[in-house]
Amino acid sequence: MPEAMGFFTDTTICIGCKACEVACKNWNQLPATNGGVTEMSGDSYDNTRKLDGTHWRHVKFIEQFEGPYNGRWLMMSDVCKHCVQAGCLEVCPTGAIIRTEFDTVVIQSDVCNGCRACIAACPFGVIDMNPAAGTAQKCTLCYDRMEVGLEPACAKACPTDSIQFGPITELRTRAQKRVDQLKAQGEKRARLYGDDPNGPLGGLNSFYLLVDEPEVYGLPKDPKLPSRNLNRSGTFAAASGAVVGLLALVGLRKRRMDEMN
Amino acid sequence: MGSNMAECHPVAFRWPMKAKLNGAKLIHVDPRFTRTSAVADLHVPIRAGSDIAFLGGLIHYVVNSRRWNADPFFKEFVVNYTNAATIINKDFKDTEELEGVFSGLNTFSEPASWPYNGNQGRYDSASWSYDRGPKPPGPATADLIARRAGPPFDDLVRSLKLGPAQKDPTLQNPQCVFQILKRHFSRYTPEMVEQICGSPKEKFIRVAEALLENSGRDRTSAFAYAVAWTQHTYGVQMISCCALLQLLLGNIGRPGAGVMALRGHAAIQGSTDVPTLYHSIHGYMNAPSALRPHESLRAYMAAETTPTSYYGNTPKFLVSYLKSMYGEASTAENDFGYDWHPKILGDHSHIASFAAMADGKVKGMVCVGQNPATSLNGGATRGALRQLKWLVVKDNWLTETATHWYLGPEVKSGEVKIGDNQTEIFFFPSTQIAEYDGSFTNTQRMLQWHSFATKAPGDCRTDTWFYHNLAKRMKRLYAASTAPRDQGWKNVLWEFDPDPGEAPLYPGEPSARKILREINGYVTGNPAQHLKGFGELKDDGSTTCASWIYSGCFPAWDQNMTARRTPDPPGVPGAHLAWGWAWPANRRVMYNRASADLKGKPWSERKRWVWWDPTFVNPPDPKTGVAPPHGKWVGYDVPDFAATKAPDAQPKPDGIGLDALSGTQPFIMRADGKGWLFVPAGLVDGPLPTHYEPHESPVQNLLYPKHQMSPVHKVWAAGKPYNQLASVGDPKFPYVITTYRLTEHYLAGAMSRWLPWLAELQPELFIEMGKGLAQEKGIRNLDWVVISSPRGQIRAKALVTDRIGVMNVAGKQIHHVGMPWHWGWAGLSTGAVVNDLTSWVGDPNVSIHEGKAFVCNVEKA
Repeated sequence: MPEAMGFFTDTTICIGCKACEVACKNWNQLPATNGGVTEMSGDSYDNTRKLDGTHWRHVKFIEQFEGPYNGRWLMMSDVCKHCVQAGCLEVCPTGAIIRTEFDTVVIQSDVCNGCRACIAACPFGVIDMNPAAGTAQKCTLCYDRMEVGLEPACAKACPTDSIQFGPITELRTRAQKRVDQLKAQGEKRARLYGDDPNGPLGGLNSFYLLVDEPEVYGLPKDPKLPSRNLNRSGTFAAASGAVVGLLALVGLRKRRMDEMN
Repeated sequence: MGSNMAECHPVAFRWPMKAKLNGAKLIHVDPRFTRTSAVADLHVPIRAGSDIAFLGGLIHYVVNSRRWNADPFFKEFVVNYTNAATIINKDFKDTEELEGVFSGLNTFSEPASWPYNGNQGRYDSASWSYDRGPKPPGPATADLIARRAGPPFDDLVRSLKLGPAQKDPTLQNPQCVFQILKRHFSRYTPEMVEQICGSPKEKFIRVAEALLENSGRDRTSAFAYAVAWTQHTYGVQMISCCALLQLLLGNIGRPGAGVMALRGHAAIQGSTDVPTLYHSIHGYMNAPSALRPHESLRAYMAAETTPTSYYGNTPKFLVSYLKSMYGEASTAENDFGYDWHPKILGDHSHIASFAAMADGKVKGMVCVGQNPATSLNGGATRGALRQLKWLVVKDNWLTETATHWYLGPEVKSGEVKIGDNQTEIFFFPSTQIAEYDGSFTNTQRMLQWHSFATKAPGDCRTDTWFYHNLAKRMKRLYAASTAPRDQGWKNVLWEFDPDPGEAPLYPGEPSARKILREINGYVTGNPAQHLKGFGELKDDGSTTCASWIYSGCFPAWDQNMTARRTPDPPGVPGAHLAWGWAWPANRRVMYNRASADLKGKPWSERKRWVWWDPTFVNPPDPKTGVAPPHGKWVGYDVPDFAATKAPDAQPKPDGIGLDALSGTQPFIMRADGKGWLFVPAGLVDGPLPTHYEPHESPVQNLLYPKHQMSPVHKVWAAGKPYNQLASVGDPKFPYVITTYRLTEHYLAGAMSRWLPWLAELQPELFIEMGKGLAQEKGIRNLDWVVISSPRGQIRAKALVTDRIGVMNVAGKQIHHVGMPWHWGWAGLSTGAVVNDLTSWVGDPNVSIHEGKAFVCNVEKA
């Protein structure tokens, strides 16, 4: 079996160009919102707003200012975390979500029945329905490209190498060096998010270098699995069906509330 | 400075980010806190248009600093490699003496033949020249022209030599360049910078100190600029000011140094090299002009040749170019067809042409790769377009220029009726980049060949197809004419059809390779025998070469250097000489002789680039069989110097071209082989950069109250109702506005606003404004606002942010706003035309408009 592969995203050299978003849509042939005829959000330069079924990459823009010209502008290209312990995979009733030979998490569209359980199960809000397909979709870490030895489209397009692709162990070493360098340069808030195999969700196969608290970037401080409140005993199998049904309802309700909002 | 590199050149910005990971310090000086500022170590706000005050402040700080005066490197570089020691004509008067203008200022009146030059005044630059000894004896230029001497034209070139310039290597003479510039910038203090630019003094000093720390033997600093330095009424002087600073710091001709012009489009560099500009012919030779002494071939050579620099070879460049234009018809007897070549009448640049068009002086226009209906002073531009009899638009989509006659804002408002439009408009669908073969020249002057990836749909054709077939038709039209003025068209050589057996990409498509071969050059009469480089060019017609600077890109029939893709191995210092091909002569850093000291040794191990190897054994000359003495310039790059010319070589007394320069004069394109701190000739607006206010400014010129703006800048259609201008401090237009581009869109939008994936990323036009101004005006984020200038008013949504805001300028609180200008009414992502606010004023050297700094008003809609 090949090594675990993934992304290391160094947000300190992200220039918010969104080439990753476009490369992703191009390779995966995802449609633009309303054919490209939309309205600006007014939230800095972020006009696609979130990860969903047709936006598998999303660049966040965070303006931290105290008065004119006094502050900083953080940018971060967000994507599916390909969690080692993946909530979506745990709840999928049809087995559409699989762990690949690269230790990445992929939704097989032809097996997905559109139940939306995974949408609610994801602690990062990564997954949503792709209306064109009628199934839940998200980043595949370009499984089709990896199979033939190519790096994912977003990493290939990233002009500054803010998005780096490779074996996770190698990326972790590189990332730690970069944190050390930043700390030596005086950026005391530099830290990695999701790099620890003993940390939450067994580590994320897409992890990040941040220069502020995760919440600033819209990331949960301590992401949890949907099974966190269950008794980890033999009752799990029996309970899972109910949980899935419940989560699906929650997902539907959340979606309706989103629409109402 | 003058660039938002991360947003506008994101691919090239890979390298500043690599440098950052290696510990480089990145500074961004800009009116806005942009995506470039976001990854910089320091952002310094600056009022748009005040860059010369900032750069002049840096010059003042540097030459008075302890480090610059204590480290002998700086003096060694400046005294030997620049014209700091040169004595200037005693009649020269500086702006400090004449309260804001240089000696030689005259009035200007428009010639009746072409009243669209836009000049407000003109300088006679005679007093800016070097103080020189007597001219060397020899035949007079006028006699040689009258006698029709040459080819060869060596005597003509030699007759142009001037007497030796007087110098003071101690830099003490009050009339030497260094003392003049020290006085010139003496009032550009950090306090003055803060007053004029609105840049906090403490931040300005951090910039100055960082530059000093990172310049010297062991370290270099580079500046990157783009159109935010060109789009001003003194844009050339801004860039010149930066070059001056970099020369003082020893940051030219060395690795990691320089003044980097970031060009926009993938081949915009190529379009000035080859060129598509009105005022120059291939390789930056001036276009023959009716306004200059260009009446004959030899008169042109006399006016345009610098005898004591590499430009001493201008006759070879020109004759080889004329051979390329007119082929066999071009002979020594008919001056190689020089008289057939068109001559310009004056300023035929973009705005000048539209000013003439507005007056009904232009009948037709072919518009390719451009969308002028959303361009400068949009209302005036569209008004000018409506005066045309015919208009050809060749583009990927029905752009605003193709649809202005029925969708323009004037039509919507009822001011113009569709039926009144008399212009016949033709639309030609165009191919996209990936649909044809050709070469791009990038911002590094590097040519890279690209092959088509996919065929274009339907009737889409390339731009080369269009001009190739147009030229063939034109030639046919004039074939029977006996009129002297038509001889150019009759004789022009136009052979770009593919060779038999070479399948054209599209029916009637010319061969892109054949065009590049013609540009590279060949032995006259034998197109298969390519020239290996411009060193082989002759002035007797025996060589044919369209563009001398590109000679060497295709040195043999089967050797397209631009298609090479071999990088240097990682971790090894090098210039990647086997990747593509850069003009001139595949050189990657120009003037790289300056990367070594007087003796030819690298200034430091860390910054070695090219150097003199005295032990190098040179092979014998194939013609004479004699080997030159040992020694050669070697290194990572192609040396920008005669390869076997020793550092101690002396100029030859009767030498022309490089023979007239010594082994320690790196700036081989300049008549004295020196980097010019003081520009004695070539600029129309002064030998030294001087702070002026933009034409439209909310404040008085603090340094020169008597001269608010450049005394020679251009105003086209002055006084016309469609080019109204705000007066200084006009209360109706209190805010400074700058226009810019976004990563997500491309120029006037034809390549982005129609593409759903890009349109959704920045779907609407907006105005960025500070929270203070928004509060003052009761504007909330996303509110519609009306923005007005004396030329027009438009609507946009507000994006309220602290990334732009208020600056303290000359004791006044000045609000700064900014707008991206990509939009128009066509496409998926639509919005108002921001250029409806801009005006027809510009730079006197290059006729570029002032779109980066003007004034406006903002109100809630």
